[in-house]
Amino acid sequence: MAQRRGSETGGAVPREVLGRIVLVTGPEEFLAERAVQQVRELVRETDAEAEVSETVASDLTMASLGDLAAPSLFSTTRCVTLRRLEDLPDDAGPGLLDYAAAPADDVALVLVHSGGQKGSGLLTKLRKADTVVEVKTAAPTPRELPGFVTAELRGHGSRIEPEAADFLVLAVGHDLRSLSAAAHQLASDFEGRPVTTEMVKQYFGGRAEAKSFVVADHALFGRTTPALEELRWALDGGTAPVLVSSALAAGLRGLARLMSAPRGQSEGDLARAVGVPPWKIKTLRSQARGWEPASLGHAIRVVARADADIKGQASDPAYALERAVITVSTARQSS
Amino acid sequence: MTAAVWDGLVGQAPVVERLQRAVAGDMTHAWLFTGPPGSGRSNAALAFAAALQCPDGGCGHCDSCHQVEVGSHPDVGVTRTEKLSIGVDEVRELVRTSALAPAGRRWQVMVVEDADRLTDQAANALLKAIEEPTERTVWLLCAPTAEDVLPTIRSRTRPVVLATPSTEAVAAFLTSRDGVAPEAASYAARASQGHIGRARALARDEDTRRRRVEVVGIPARLTSLGACMTAAADLHALAQEEATAQTSEHDAREKSELDRAYGVVERGRRPREYAPALREMEKSQKTRAKRRILDVVDRGLMDLVSVYRDVLMVQLGTSAELVNAELRGDVDRIAGATTAEQTLRRIEAVFEAREQMLEFNVPPLLALESLMVALCQW
Ligand SMILES: [Zn+2]
Repeated sequence: MAQRRGSETGGAVPREVLGRIVLVTGPEEFLAERAVQQVRELVRETDAEAEVSETVASDLTMASLGDLAAPSLFSTTRCVTLRRLEDLPDDAGPGLLDYAAAPADDVALVLVHSGGQKGSGLLTKLRKADTVVEVKTAAPTPRELPGFVTAELRGHGSRIEPEAADFLVLAVGHDLRSLSAAAHQLASDFEGRPVTTEMVKQYFGGRAEAKSFVVADHALFGRTTPALEELRWALDGGTAPVLVSSALAAGLRGLARLMSAPRGQSEGDLARAVGVPPWKIKTLRSQARGWEPASLGHAIRVVARADADIKGQASDPAYALERAVITVSTARQSS
Repeated sequence: MTAAVWDGLVGQAPVVERLQRAVAGDMTHAWLFTGPPGSGRSNAALAFAAALQCPDGGCGHCDSCHQVEVGSHPDVGVTRTEKLSIGVDEVRELVRTSALAPAGRRWQVMVVEDADRLTDQAANALLKAIEEPTERTVWLLCAPTAEDVLPTIRSRTRPVVLATPSTEAVAAFLTSRDGVAPEAASYAARASQGHIGRARALARDEDTRRRRVEVVGIPARLTSLGACMTAAADLHALAQEEATAQTSEHDAREKSELDRAYGVVERGRRPREYAPALREMEKSQKTRAKRRILDVVDRGLMDLVSVYRDVLMVQLGTSAELVNAELRGDVDRIAGATTAEQTLRRIEAVFEAREQMLEFNVPPLLALESLMVALCQW
């Protein structure tokens, strides 16, 4: 990507960082931290002996700011990180802008602003300086998370199947740090092999949402025994019963919409109409074999009742769920 | 000649007469107003409060009557909640206020609009105040039915039971009070099934009419599983649309009031206490939005029931007027294709879905999908 001075790069860190100011903005802490680390690595690539330091903006005084700009006695390459720029004392602002106007050639200065309105006046002025490159961090939306996971693995030289990326998000949750760590682990343990759903399950299948999904998946495929085993396993492990009933409801909804969608649509249109990611259509199609509209309707009624049972209408939520799982999975088999 | 404050009570002559006798001296310290949604429980309680405070028994135009109407009367406290329950702390505060001497030397009137939402603990705290009332204190509690409050409260309050007003009474009210044309008034009165607020909204608001037309059109469309899923998703989306229309303006106003209270301006610093207050407000707005969606879905369900009620009338061969006269064709077709027994089962299914949503917190979309399947005639 071409870099312009005094510009914004989207998420990427510029190649040239020495003699410049990298302004990292936005509330996404994990991505901001990653940008800081990338700048440091770039500096170390230039000079392995580079001096790396950091400070919080609230501690910055006119004097310490002067140290930043002053040519170092030993003339070493330096990477200086200034965190929580929004807390910069008002009287230090002009000094920082002066530095930005004429930065030291062997210094990479990273300014981290945590988003929000505070200190936005200073940001506006910094953005006007030729030497400032802004890296904006924004948290991916839930829909973008599988893409994030895929990119993480690609960064480690690995690939992941779309379905597996989706399941990883389901299994690990929406925290970027955890997702990134999970991607790293998968990449190093299955080096060179594309990561499949089975591999993700093996490593991260323990989370409640993932367990509920597995139960629902078995039930919708009509696999009663594994569905019941997984249910028992999930409930014993502390999975909330309502997660299972809502996974069943979501699965049945997808199936019902797929089965009643007009024929001859493109995969993309179909996925949109059904409300699932495109790769999921294939799974739904194979699940749909063996379901009739009437049995599917019956299953939906049963799951709604089970959901009410779980939330207080019945004394034993586990029993209510077990019955629902059996009814749903046998509704497919028998038809 | 009845005093003006009673004019807004439609089709409630016996109630008005009873309350007027109370104003004239046949008083007691605690009243329980019950009646179906929209029959005007809280309006009746407020009219009573105004009549008690007015030197002329509820003239409708003096300062006192006006203050009660706009909610600024110093001796009339109104508790209404968007929350699902009223807790004991809130009630203790009310009890303290109720013991104050009225500023206007008449009555200290305490109106509790959703007495059915008192927690047991709150109800017991209230009970004590009702059992040992201060001389000038009057409690006016409102609930859908007498069974919705603790028996101990029920037995210590005098009942005021509002009736569902007749279609004619509602239509006449819309015409005389809101100037609605007779035909539109008659449609709104029928479609609202005696719910005054709903009738007024139907008469006044095009969007409200459109949404109702879509809802009552559902039964005729339920001919396949796909149609059921679509109907459920549509009804859910309609409810969200209407709930948002009702809450968004209110939410925005609340936010700007909060900002002002904390001195927050566009780029300024925020005081430390602002963030938690904002979070608290957003939480209560979310609760309110969720409740609103449930309310709207619930009303949609009652509109659906009105269609099956019409179907049943035709199947039983009664000559009763149809609530949905404009759907005559649909109603006749469904009546011919199914039995009265099936219709009754469908009405039951609507109430089951309602219970699932309101009592057991089943997600509205799931409850609606399940309902549509039960209503379907494939
Ligand atoms: Zn008056």
